[in-house]
This record gives sequence, structure tokens and C-alpha cells, in this order.
Amino acid sequence: MEHQQRWRPTVNEREFIERALQSDLRVDGRRPFDFRRLKILFGREDGSAEVQLGDTRVMGYATAQLVQPYKDRPNEGSLAIFTEFSPMADPAFEPGRPGESAIELGRVIDRGLRESRAVDMESLCVVAGKHVWSIRVDLHILDNGGNLIDAANIAALAALSTFRRPECTVGGEDGQQVTIHDPEVRDPLPLTIHHLPIAVTFAYFGEGNIMVIDPTYKEEAVMGGRMTATINSNGDVCAIQKAGGEGVMSSVIMQCLRIASVKAADITSKIKNEVSTYTSAKALQKVKRLPATVPQKDNVPDVAMKESTDGALERQSTKASSDVRQISKEPLSIVKDNKQEDVEPMSTECNPEVKSKPRFTVGEPDETQGAISPKSLKDAVKPKHKRKKKQHNKN
Amino acid sequence: MEYVNPLTGFRVDGRRPNEMRQLKAEVGVVARADGSALFEMGNTRVIAAVYGPREVQNKGQQVNSKEALVRCEYRMADFSTGDRRRKPKGDRRSTEISLVIRQTMEASILTHLMPHSQIDIFVQVLQADGGTRSACINAATLALADAGIPMRDIVTSCSSGYLCSTPLLDLNYIEDSAGGPDVTVGILAKMDKVTLLQMDAKLPMDTFETVMELAIEGCKAIANYIREVLLENTKRLECQRG
Repeated sequence: MEHQQRWRPTVNEREFIERALQSDLRVDGRRPFDFRRLKILFGREDGSAEVQLGDTRVMGYATAQLVQPYKDRPNEGSLAIFTEFSPMADPAFEPGRPGESAIELGRVIDRGLRESRAVDMESLCVVAGKHVWSIRVDLHILDNGGNLIDAANIAALAALSTFRRPECTVGGEDGQQVTIHDPEVRDPLPLTIHHLPIAVTFAYFGEGNIMVIDPTYKEEAVMGGRMTATINSNGDVCAIQKAGGEGVMSSVIMQCLRIASVKAADITSKIKNEVSTYTSAKALQKVKRLPATVPQKDNVPDVAMKESTDGALERQSTKASSDVRQISKEPLSIVKDNKQEDVEPMSTECNPEVKSKPRFTVGEPDETQGAISPKSLKDAVKPKHKRKKKQHNKN
Repeated sequence: MEYVNPLTGFRVDGRRPNEMRQLKAEVGVVARADGSALFEMGNTRVIAAVYGPREVQNKGQQVNSKEALVRCEYRMADFSTGDRRRKPKGDRRSTEISLVIRQTMEASILTHLMPHSQIDIFVQVLQADGGTRSACINAATLALADAGIPMRDIVTSCSSGYLCSTPLLDLNYIEDSAGGPDVTVGILAKMDKVTLLQMDAKLPMDTFETVMELAIEGCKAIANYIREVLLENTKRLECQRG
């Protein structure tokens, strides 16, 4: 119920902004249907993103936790949006309980993402009725330059699309034991995102005849009404919020939706570009830097490589169990000491072969092993396999 | 689940797709309030009370002293839903609905005529069967009119949805919780302008247009009914004066 004291324009300022809008001019020199410059930055960790939309800055951070699912949806994960309006960003934001605008913002973004089923919830289920992933997105407003909803929505999407959850497997005697794998052991998995619902906010002035997109802080103080349309790039309307204010004709609303769908397509491609640049940069970082003397390294796509050897190793461990036993009999200390040195030769010596022979087939693991430098491969098997064994035992 | 019978075309509660639930309104139900109303849409039942215009209680809340301060509180009674449990005051949903109702009513109240004053609107859901926010807005309009607060136009609201590839008017609880799209529209009836529009779930744009138009038609029908009720009420008051 509390009204927040926000900056109020003087009579002159108000008149100036309104007068200028009548001749299609905005105070920051944009045209009515231009967005401000959008910049998306990613943090060092997966799932964190900072969005700058003109002066507005919002930070999104996605995290996940294994929880018990809701009773009515035993095989679905959950997604929750939390907003934090720090008094740092705007003197109108009060510390403590979230105000009305914080709640509205959270609810609009939440509806856009959840009700339109943008994030696949069923893929977040680990054991039905027992363990599901609960994704939490925290949105922190760092600077309020107007149009927080759009900026926060983009921040949430960027955070979700770079977010990786740790892989986990179900095992144990009763088949209910959940093992969460360390990100170092198994690559964490991205979320399944079906589409990106983009929020586009319109501000209405003067009896609802003038409208602009992406209002700034000053325009927000003057506007008579506001509408946020959440639309994906296919032109599907995912959510709309027009909470009272200046009335507009229904034909104007449809016009707004059409404009919004064009803008949504632009922003979608922008987000996708930024995310793919980030993920590829991140993948490059993961490549083990080897001494310059090794020439083969350059064209080895590290992620794919790791997976293929991993898979192959598992198959080996089941098929050729005798080999495994042999390996595991070797003293632990040696393995630990040699870990670093062991892994390196694997990637240099074995991978060319792995690449040239597309995949180990299940039937002939021993053969291939025999053919390709058996010692090095065996050595390479050791540390990883041991680590896995140990984890299982712990649980 | 089938929400529209493919053979008969009737809905789960026996209505046609573009049929509204029965409306019932009563004005002047709270003795102490300046204006009050009870509004029913089928099994949804809400009560609204208006106090004001009166002196501003908390001066800090006043943003612009040249206009009246409008406040609104939406609350769902603990016994209004199927599972009876204590609902925390000021949860996210009711805070948002309070905000939405307040801003919608602000759009129709001539606030500049009542400087240095405040108007309080209290809406309480007695029975919830879908479309509570629409019913609350309709009740608030009636209560404001009963309190004699100058208004630009009457605001009415109605919801519509889209299930089994059929646009449906005025969703009840079963249809509302089906997970399909839900469009709530509030219009200024005479000016024919949309002031409130809320929607969730995914819907292609052309379908959205038909669903929204359907809701607007519903709002207009409600506006006609509200006008009748107010006229009746005024006639009654006139008789009492003699």
C-alpha cells in the first residue's frame, strides 16, 4: 500500500517532454519506436549476466538446487524469480520488504517465463516425486534509468541461457540414490529453453494517442499509462500487463503488439548472438593449454573429445572389467601424483586416434585399445575412473 | 480434459462459449462505508467498500497534493477457496492485484477535483470461482458510484480464455486453472478504451485479438447491467426522499 516517493518532474519539464513528443521527438534523441542501446555482459560463472539498457542496469543470476517437487506436479522442476530493488539504484526504493513495483516486475517476468513454458520443466526432474531441480533467478536492479521490466527480462533470459546445472545420475541399491557430479568430472548441462519471451514496454501519453517504446526514467515520470507485452520471436503473445492508467483503443493495442513482435525478434537474435559468443569463448577457455612443442592440439575440439573418450571408457569398464580391476589395484598415491601428467599425454597422444577412428565400438574395445598405444590409454583411464569409483563409494 | 463438449458445444458448467455467468449486484451493503457494493459473477462473490474523499491520513503517502490519493486493498477471505487455510497478508499475488485495481480505478476517478484528500477502496473476495479481479473491479466501480465520487466513466472488467480451440467468455475456476491463456480486460465503457489488460500463457497474435474482442464484448454487457443497477438504485433513493 505504500506509495514510493519517486522523482517528479517540474511543470516545465513535464510540458517540455510532452510538447516534444507531440512532434515525435524524445528527450534523449531517439525516435518513438527505438530501443536504447542494449549491452549484455556475462560474469565469470555460468548463469550470471548483466544487462545495460541505456542507463538502466540489471543483473541476473541463476542458481539451481535439488528439492522435493510440489505435490501436484511430481515430475516437474520449478522456476522462481526473485527481485531485489536496492536503494542504491533509486532513492524511491526502500530497503527491506519489496515494494509494489518490485512485486509487479517479478510477477510480470515470472508469468512471461513460466506460463508460456519457455523453460522445459520436465527435463529438470531427477526422481519423480523425490528430487527435482529448482531454478532460482535473482534479479538485482543496479541502476534505474527507466524501463526496468524489459531490462530485467533480458537479464533473466541471458542468465538462464548461459546457466548450466551439474549433471546427476540415479543409482544405488534402491535406484533412488542421486549422485551429483562435480562440474570438473562431467560437463554441466544447459537448460532446455523452447523460446525466448521478450518483454517490450510501451508508454502512453496524452489521452493514449502518443506512444513510445522503452521509456526512460523521465518519460516514466510523465507518462499516463504503460503496457508491457511479452512476445517471442514467432509472434506468440506470452504475457501482457497493462495495469490501469490511460485507456487506449483496442486497435492501438494490436498495433503495439505487432511492433513488439518485430522488436522481440531483434532482441532475441541479439541475446542469442551474445550467448553463443560467450559459450564459445568459455569452451575455448576449457581447452587445456599444452606446451608449444605439441602441434596436434590446435584442431581438437575439446568438449566433444572429452565426451567421446568418457563414453568409451565407461563401455570399457563394463565390458572389459578385468582390465579395470587391474587398473584399480594399482596404488592410489601414484595415481594422485601423476594425475596431471597422466591426463596431458592422453589428450596429446590418444586423441588424434580417437578422432580418426570416429568412435570405439562396443564390441571391440580391447582390440582398439591394443592397437592404439595401450599403455597411455590405460594410464589415462586411471585418474578419472578412480575418481568416479570413489564418489560412488562415498554415497 | 474436455472443456468444451465437441458434440453439443457446451462448457463444463453448461454455458455456451460466449455466455457469461449470471450477474448479481447490490448497492449499499456496508452501513458505515460511504459507498459499498456486492457483486456476483456466478459463484464468484466479492464485496467492495469505499471510504472518502476524506483527509489524507498519512501525509507521507501523498505524491501530488493537487490530486486525490487513491488506495486499494484486495483481500481474499480464508474461506473463499476450496482449501481453507490462512493466507498471509500482503502476498505477492494480492499485492499485485491491489496495484492493478488501484491504477484501474485511478484512471476513471476525476482525482483533480478532490485535492488534499484520499479515497480508500477495500475489496474482499467472499467466494472465489475464477475471475476475482474482474469481479472486484466491477464491485469497486459500483461502490465508487454509490459513494458519489466523480468519475470520468464507469470501468468494467471481464475475462476470457481460449481452450479446446474455442474462445471462452468469463472463465470459472476449473477453466481458469486449466493452464490455458487467460485474458482479463478492463474498459472505460463509454469511451470504449482499454485501461486494464492482463494476459498469460502463449497465444498467437490473431487468436489473441479475437479473445480480447470477446472479453471487450463481455465488459460492455457488464457495463449495461451496472448502469441498470445504478439507475434502479437512484430511483429507489428518489422514492425514499419522497
